[in-house]
Amino acid sequence: MSLQTLTEKLLARAGGRTTVKPGEIVDIEPDVALSHDNTAAIAEIFKRLPHKRVRYPERLAITLDHAVPPPSAKHARNHARVRDFVREQGVRNFFEVGRGICHQVLCEEGVVGPGMTLLGADSHSTHYGWLGAFSAGIGRSEVAALWATGQLWLRVPETMRITLKGKLESGVTTKDLTISLIGRLSSDGATYMAVEFDGDGVAALSPDSRTVLTNMMAEMGAKNACIAPDDATWRWLSKTLKRTRPHDHAERLESFRERSLYPDRGAVYAARLQIDLSEIEPVVSCPHAVDNIRPLSEVANTRVDVGFIGTCTNGRLEDIAAAAEVLRGRRLRARLIVIPASSMVLREAAEAGYVADLVEAGATFGTPGCGPCMGVHMGVLAPGEVCISSANRNFRGRMGEPDAEIYLANPAVVAASCAAGRLIHPADLADES
Amino acid sequence: MTRSKHRVWKYGDNVNTDVIFPGKFTYTISHDPAELARHALEDLDPSFANGARAGDVIVAGRNWGNGSSREQAVTCLVAAGVHAVIAKSFARIYYRNAINNGLLVIACPQLVDLVESGDSIEIDMEAARIHLNNHALSFSSLPEQVRRILDAGGIIAYLQGQG
Ligand code: SF4
Repeated sequence: MSLQTLTEKLLARAGGRTTVKPGEIVDIEPDVALSHDNTAAIAEIFKRLPHKRVRYPERLAITLDHAVPPPSAKHARNHARVRDFVREQGVRNFFEVGRGICHQVLCEEGVVGPGMTLLGADSHSTHYGWLGAFSAGIGRSEVAALWATGQLWLRVPETMRITLKGKLESGVTTKDLTISLIGRLSSDGATYMAVEFDGDGVAALSPDSRTVLTNMMAEMGAKNACIAPDDATWRWLSKTLKRTRPHDHAERLESFRERSLYPDRGAVYAARLQIDLSEIEPVVSCPHAVDNIRPLSEVANTRVDVGFIGTCTNGRLEDIAAAAEVLRGRRLRARLIVIPASSMVLREAAEAGYVADLVEAGATFGTPGCGPCMGVHMGVLAPGEVCISSANRNFRGRMGEPDAEIYLANPAVVAASCAAGRLIHPADLADES
Repeated sequence: MTRSKHRVWKYGDNVNTDVIFPGKFTYTISHDPAELARHALEDLDPSFANGARAGDVIVAGRNWGNGSSREQAVTCLVAAGVHAVIAKSFARIYYRNAINNGLLVIACPQLVDLVESGDSIEIDMEAARIHLNNHALSFSSLPEQVRRILDAGGIIAYLQGQG
């Protein structure tokens, strides 16, 4: 019996096999096929196939999140076409405008959980690995093919094991850890590979923040990234499912427990890395690449025109809480747009008083969804503007104009920088008048 | 012999999908080849869309196509007449999208340092070799299962052929 990594076990199950080896091509049957506003475009491709009906409509999950509510008639028509498709094919896992960003919503709703497999028409589909699932991004034609046949070919990736030790210092977050890692290994440091995180350092990372790690491994070229479920994962699932699925939360949790998989001790890894969390310092990704990282202290004082807290990377409750903590009782010098990753996050942020704190400081709130993350919705940048964002990507032109500059940082740094009108760590804000 | 001749457009490392096809058009331009071609490489090389001719190839450094999963970053090149992208390495989703949309992608680490834009090269698919001046560079062929999809013109054409 060969010893396998978590990714290999997940792919073996999805491929109906007992084991798989890196480099093999396997046809897998994923549990979930994800698409979002791009569903209408995929449906157009699907129409060219002889199949007509989706093979397993119960495996589709569709959210409207990228341009919500629709900013133009063209976008509105696109949404309408998505709803037509959902009706025609009898898709039940459909989440309307305002529910939130696909990756956040499918976790909250228990559509994806430990031991499952997802392929998604979105590059940050690596996200779900924080629940101990296999998940990877694919293209639109591939999704159409997957709808038709229920299957898709995948190459089994080699696995890189990253062991986390110790604890992050105060004022340093999982975002700093993640972009430090990408800076160190570069944007193609894990191309074609699986990345698995383990070690006692994982336990110290909150569930909200673990998603940053797996989500952003897409920025290191990884096929997927995962973390085996631990007590914190199960607690998060139990608490969240009670809210979103009051009728069957216990059964759902039980099915996740039965399905959950863990890596074998002695599995073979193509690369290993150990990171001491206490050595991580606050960092920012500078324009126009995620791996163009610098210590925050080196770029402090760079002018900031606008900040953005949101996205599937850092638009969760703890991110909004961190911003509220920094801005309570202050006034903004730069504009700040806050967009909760989901309606559940928005509700909890309102209940906790964070929304009031941020609005009082001068921030603007947007509809749960992707917002200006990819330059298609409100909050886009003008030429020459400098933006500090909690998103995962700062490519040229990403948020609108090609000569705008985007810096990426953790949400507390975004908030502090908007208070000061220049890049700054919250710890240094106290000295500001 | 199965050699074909192609004019080169050369680019550097880490060219991402946002500069290959702008994200702001992701939901407004999907299939129309003329529109796709008009925005190809818009934020990387504004002269490309007008200057590209059918059969041209793109030669690039490492990690071509990193970033988003948008397929237009492949189909805009197909629409512009690009015959192949030959790079040091490819981002994985781009590589899959290319095969599944019938765009030839060849990993050949040496080529980019030997050519300039406007040069011409020859590709020999049977021998899996690229010829230029007095060099011949080999590349590795795709696994059979995957090659069938590329040869069919992409995964949709492949499934149509099976249906
Ligand atoms: S928030 Fe940004 S990165 Fe995340 S799914 Fe939406 S557009 Fe993509």
